[in-house]
Amino acid sequence: MLKSETKLILEVCDLHANVEDQPILNGVNLQVYAGEIHAIMGRNGSGKSTLSKVIAGHPAYKITGGTIKFEDNNLLDLDPEERARLGVFLGFQYPIEIPGVSNLEFLRVSTNARREYEKKEELDTFEFEDFVQEKLKIVKMDPAFLNRSVNEGFSGGEKKRNEILQMALLEPKLAILDETDSGLDIDALRVVAAGVNKLATPNTATILITHYQRLLNEITPNYVHVMANGKILKTAGKELALQLEKSGYDWIEQISSNKEENQ
Amino acid sequence: MKTECLEWLEQLPSPDGVLASEQLIGRESLRNLGLPKKYSEAWRLTNLKRIEKILKLPLAQSNQYENSIDKNQWPEIPKDGVRIILNNETNYKTNLPNGIRFLSNDDIKETINLSHQSIDETNDWGVSVNKACNNKLLALKVDGLEEQSLEILIPSQKETLNPSRILLVLGKKAKLKLLQVIIGEGKSSNNNLIQIHLDEGSELNHGLICFGKNDSSLFTQACIKQNIDSKYELNAIQHGWSISRFEPRVFQQNGKAKTKLNGLQISSEKQQLATHSLVNFNGPEGELEQLQKSIAADQSHCIFNGAVKVPKEAQKTNASQLSRNLLISKAARIDTKPELEIVADDVKCAHGATISQLQEEELFYLRSRGIDSNQAATLLLKGYCQEIINNLPVAAERWQILNQIIENLNK
Repeated sequence: MLKSETKLILEVCDLHANVEDQPILNGVNLQVYAGEIHAIMGRNGSGKSTLSKVIAGHPAYKITGGTIKFEDNNLLDLDPEERARLGVFLGFQYPIEIPGVSNLEFLRVSTNARREYEKKEELDTFEFEDFVQEKLKIVKMDPAFLNRSVNEGFSGGEKKRNEILQMALLEPKLAILDETDSGLDIDALRVVAAGVNKLATPNTATILITHYQRLLNEITPNYVHVMANGKILKTAGKELALQLEKSGYDWIEQISSNKEENQ
Repeated sequence: MKTECLEWLEQLPSPDGVLASEQLIGRESLRNLGLPKKYSEAWRLTNLKRIEKILKLPLAQSNQYENSIDKNQWPEIPKDGVRIILNNETNYKTNLPNGIRFLSNDDIKETINLSHQSIDETNDWGVSVNKACNNKLLALKVDGLEEQSLEILIPSQKETLNPSRILLVLGKKAKLKLLQVIIGEGKSSNNNLIQIHLDEGSELNHGLICFGKNDSSLFTQACIKQNIDSKYELNAIQHGWSISRFEPRVFQQNGKAKTKLNGLQISSEKQQLATHSLVNFNGPEGELEQLQKSIAADQSHCIFNGAVKVPKEAQKTNASQLSRNLLISKAARIDTKPELEIVADDVKCAHGATISQLQEEELFYLRSRGIDSNQAATLLLKGYCQEIINNLPVAAERWQILNQIIENLNK
């Protein structure tokens, strides 16, 4: 791939982060260019979800070293809402239920916050309803869910569809999907994957965090990274995911610890 | 303390009108009670200094009404709606819809007696003050099978004590949507007593909006007597009072009735808002569903005491009480206490209480979608209130209470 011609969207350099004084990220390096799809795999507790939350700006994590650049912006200087308005989107592993807050109202307020930054016209209630109807088709979601409280009483699959709906409305430049496939049956997985594929463009980038090869059958990544102990241990093409499916993570961690010993 | 009460009683006008005998009862009780005392369990959290101020206020006069009430904030009455304003007149002349009528004086004498087992009149300060000084009564009867709706507006005159009393009787299978709005004004005090009798199979959806401002205080008691197969739903909102105390007391006289009590109190600045509820099951198969919510901001204080009595005869009672509270400032305070007295052995009585702050995960979720932290907090607070506000009778929408609450919290 001729990287010099494509635009660098995200650049993570030697990122270290703690939660409650416990180091979770220990020097992550990652570059994501426009038009690319990256998959990050790894055992539970390897730091995948933390990386995604740190990029989105979760206040529970303390950055102890390194930088995150998003286009020309230093993300670590920005609040979560500012990052979102720039075009960073995090699809949550466990979308939060917010009783009493209407899903439609939530979607409208967030869409307008992003549109305002993009210097697009604000959508009033009626315009937004038309806009959202179009986007519902992408995730094949029942419009009845718009009138409920945010994620309240949604099944696992409905919550994930709602995440992809938000992605469709916000039109992010970088979408990080944290285990969007977990808890989905095969049909729902296909719908969600088709939505992600539809929303990926040559000007945007996607990072998929997943445990399973089956999502990568539906969405083909350019790169697969393996994380362990808060670092990216290995990066390769999509064939790495197949190899992991067959042989697990032991062999990679083995190679890596051998390397460290030799050094 | 007692002398202050006696001084106040002495300057009251002589007993008069349809409530004359009630005035005598109230005055006698107050002579014995004096002012509320810190050592009494029901008053130990109350800011008694603010209570003392109430008895220093002159009684509101009906001829001052037009000059001292701010009507600008009142929404228009819907075309087919009826609003009765308790304007300190002794006679209320309003065109009532078919199905609702004023009770005759004979009817009133028959039904006015409060004493049922939920209320110990001789030991009830708020009720006694109301009885002692109030000579105005709105007494209504609802009959027929058609659902009626009604708005009762209770304003306060500035710098006065405003007592009022409502007696509402629902006949067999009658249905009513009642919106009761109490408004406080500068340095005023409002004391409202509403007595409700629900006959067999009747249904009342009772919305109560109590909005105070500028150092105003509120005492409001709702005494509800339910016959079998009746349904009573209350959604009560208190906000903006320097001190307020709402006391809903439900008496299921023969059990087998349904009661739903929802309460929301939102306090800010140095306000103290309290709800002391009592539900007394006096027969089998009664049901109660109770949800009390509070939001305390700044240096304010919210209090909830939820008493439920299930005596021996109230077998198969099914009651649940949940108190959910939000502390949104480090200097704010919330006290919440369930008080369940269960003697019957074959009952379900659940209760629970939580106090928390705005959830960090909820805030982060909203912020990660581009919503700034203030707006996110506002959305969460609105959502929190909505659970109660959504259940108010439709007529309440015109009062736009949610906007007022959020505006005050954001000050």
